[in-house]
Amino acid sequence: MNSQTGCWAVSALLSLLLAPLLPGIINRVKAFFAGRRGPSFFQLYYDIAKLLKKGCVYSSTATPILRLAPAAGLAALLAGVLLMPFGMNSSPFAFTGDILLFIYLLGFSRISGVLAALDTGSSFEGMGASREMQFSALAEGAFLAVTGFLVILTGKFSLTETLNGFTFGAWSYSGTAMLLIAAAFFLVMLAESCRVPFDDPETHLELTMIHEAMILDYGGPDLALILYGASLKLWLLASFFVLLILPCGMTSTWLNTAIYFVSVGFTAVMIGVVESVMARFRFLKVPQFINAATALAVLAIIFMIVFGEVA
Amino acid sequence: MNNTFLKIKNATAAPLASVPLVSFAEFRDAVKQAVQEHSMRVASFFAMPEENGDHRMTVVLCGDNTDLLYLLSFRAGRRYPALTADMPQFHWFEREIAEQYGIVPENHPWLKPIRFHRTLDNAPDAWGRTDAPTAGVTDYFRMQGTAAHEVAVGPVHAGVIEPGHFRFQCMGENVYSLEIELGYQHRGIEKMLLGGPDKKTQHFMETAAGDTTVASATTYARIMEALCGCTVPGRAQAIRALALELERIANHTGDCGALAGDVAFLPTASYCGRIRGEYLNMTAEICGNRFGRNLVIPGGVQFDIPQTMSEKLLAWLDRIRPELFHALDLFFDTPSVLDRFENTGTVSKEDARAIGLVGVAGRACGLGMDTRQSHPDGGYQLRPIQPLRPANALTGDVLSRAAVRYGEIRHSERYVRDWLKALPEGDVCTELASTPAPDMIAVAITEAWRGELCHTAVTDKNGKFRRYKIVDPSFHNWFGLALALRGQQISDFPICNKSFNLSYCGHDL
Repeated sequence: MNSQTGCWAVSALLSLLLAPLLPGIINRVKAFFAGRRGPSFFQLYYDIAKLLKKGCVYSSTATPILRLAPAAGLAALLAGVLLMPFGMNSSPFAFTGDILLFIYLLGFSRISGVLAALDTGSSFEGMGASREMQFSALAEGAFLAVTGFLVILTGKFSLTETLNGFTFGAWSYSGTAMLLIAAAFFLVMLAESCRVPFDDPETHLELTMIHEAMILDYGGPDLALILYGASLKLWLLASFFVLLILPCGMTSTWLNTAIYFVSVGFTAVMIGVVESVMARFRFLKVPQFINAATALAVLAIIFMIVFGEVA
Repeated sequence: MNNTFLKIKNATAAPLASVPLVSFAEFRDAVKQAVQEHSMRVASFFAMPEENGDHRMTVVLCGDNTDLLYLLSFRAGRRYPALTADMPQFHWFEREIAEQYGIVPENHPWLKPIRFHRTLDNAPDAWGRTDAPTAGVTDYFRMQGTAAHEVAVGPVHAGVIEPGHFRFQCMGENVYSLEIELGYQHRGIEKMLLGGPDKKTQHFMETAAGDTTVASATTYARIMEALCGCTVPGRAQAIRALALELERIANHTGDCGALAGDVAFLPTASYCGRIRGEYLNMTAEICGNRFGRNLVIPGGVQFDIPQTMSEKLLAWLDRIRPELFHALDLFFDTPSVLDRFENTGTVSKEDARAIGLVGVAGRACGLGMDTRQSHPDGGYQLRPIQPLRPANALTGDVLSRAAVRYGEIRHSERYVRDWLKALPEGDVCTELASTPAPDMIAVAITEAWRGELCHTAVTDKNGKFRRYKIVDPSFHNWFGLALALRGQQISDFPICNKSFNLSYCGHDL
């Protein structure tokens, strides 16, 4: 096992451990803006520990889909973890084309949640599922456009090689394009991880929920899996965002890894700031903003092709 | 205008016999003329049983251009043609009467119970039922079609709020119709008030709607003072007005914060939540209770504001003021917030007038009503309150309702300061001269923070309450919320609801 693989393994394990910290950071930033102290950084760990001790209650009208979905959703995300080059270290599981697999693993995780929500037969969950599908169908396009940019930039087709496959040169030759793509992905990240302004993870108002409405019927260990899965998904998307911005420039792998973790934490702070300074969009506006992300990504591709220097 | 009506000033009493008792046709024509030609609104409409088994139906009309209240009665048997057909603002009152006394308004477009209780005299109600119905169990408006779907919310909600049931008929995200069913908070206050006043009466008044305690207690006190003939000292009137405005500021501040919370705009939500507490604590400073319980009693107030406390309160107001307006300005200057509020949940001025919206909701539609101006009483006579300057471009949407609240916070804050700087000298309480006079009718209207609160009391030959009618502003306004939702996105319901912020217990009594 070379040092890259070792570094990746350590980073991946750390990522799995630290994922529930991200919502904690976001909530503390929001609390700071609101003039409150806010919950502990480790609140999600406590919540998950508490939920794991509890039992589950299932509706008698629901099918086994409801019970399978949380595990299936988390399993898909864990598979996604294997492909992500954590800490700018190449994933040992990388293969050509895994970038599409990654996107659709996220998609699988989502569809399992949607099917479970429809399975409950509740009008709230049905509404949540319908919204989730509408918005994620659009967000998928934006996500694909971003990966398209990376593929053209690096000429490679695996997540590891595209995210780690460019140097500082990309910023100096195609700075505008990189900036646009970063903005586009930031929007995708907020939409996919159900954050303000697209969704509000804190709300108690059933009628305005998207993701939260879909998990209303869950409790106990199932809910713990879902909450953990949501934080892991946020971690994956934040990782993607960080690696998309940061070129793999340092000579020391450990230094790269350290920069990566600090950046992921900083991304959470940024999300917290965005959530604090703006209100949530009305639903009619959500598709417009996701489409704007797609447009930015396409614009970035055009800029790069026309003005940039392909690596 | 015609002289059919008995015209009395706010917070005065008149012999019941002086209220003209006319035929139904005469009644309908007179009220119709007043409502349609003189833009008066129905402040109260209630039935009262008579000895021969008939019911005396009395209306109290209130207008912006006169400081008089117009009273008129007719006698109804078991049925009469519904007034709602000509004047939609009667619709909720007629449903209430059908439920309370079993009198059927014929051809009422939507005759359903509103509170789900037995009639006040245990006779069969308008639907022939004699048992105690279960709240919410009734037929609802339904939209047919495979694409239409129904969303039911409540009566148990996520969050610590009162119970109410909301039925949405939707196509996708669009709401075609919302039906609101209340009654879960019904405690039977009007029935328990019969035969009063007694020791419990004050308590019922203060808890009719807990967030409107001062307004409610003041209105009741004015009724008693009118019936007993008592002159309230100026200092007590000033303290009442001051407490009423503090109540208004606290609630409006809380509402603005809650609106911010519903669109996930955190800074204003948190700050307003805390600052609301500051104003409640000011009320507690005066009387020991954050909601002003035990402050206002018939004859005056129970707690004085000494000079040192005035100074302390003024300094306190000075300290909170910049924080409050900073939080509110942040809210109204953020484009993403304005985008959510503009053109959301609009009620047109015509609709607002037709269904009789009052208070904040009415003013937000461009109706200029304010009973502190039009029917000044007590402290508002001693120190007239400046006319409310209407905010720009009031269109009846969520933004307008928020803007009206913002304006009223500023307005009331100034008024409170003015009083604190110069409270009249003297006592704060006098004894009531006597027990209530027999066979009288007394009406008092107070501009509570949601809108006008109207109490009407009728005494029997022993001076006991033969009928005590409470009309909370929420009673007028709940249907406004249902109208506001038509054609809206269902996800905008929470902010529409918060922008009205109506009382469940004030409606259910």
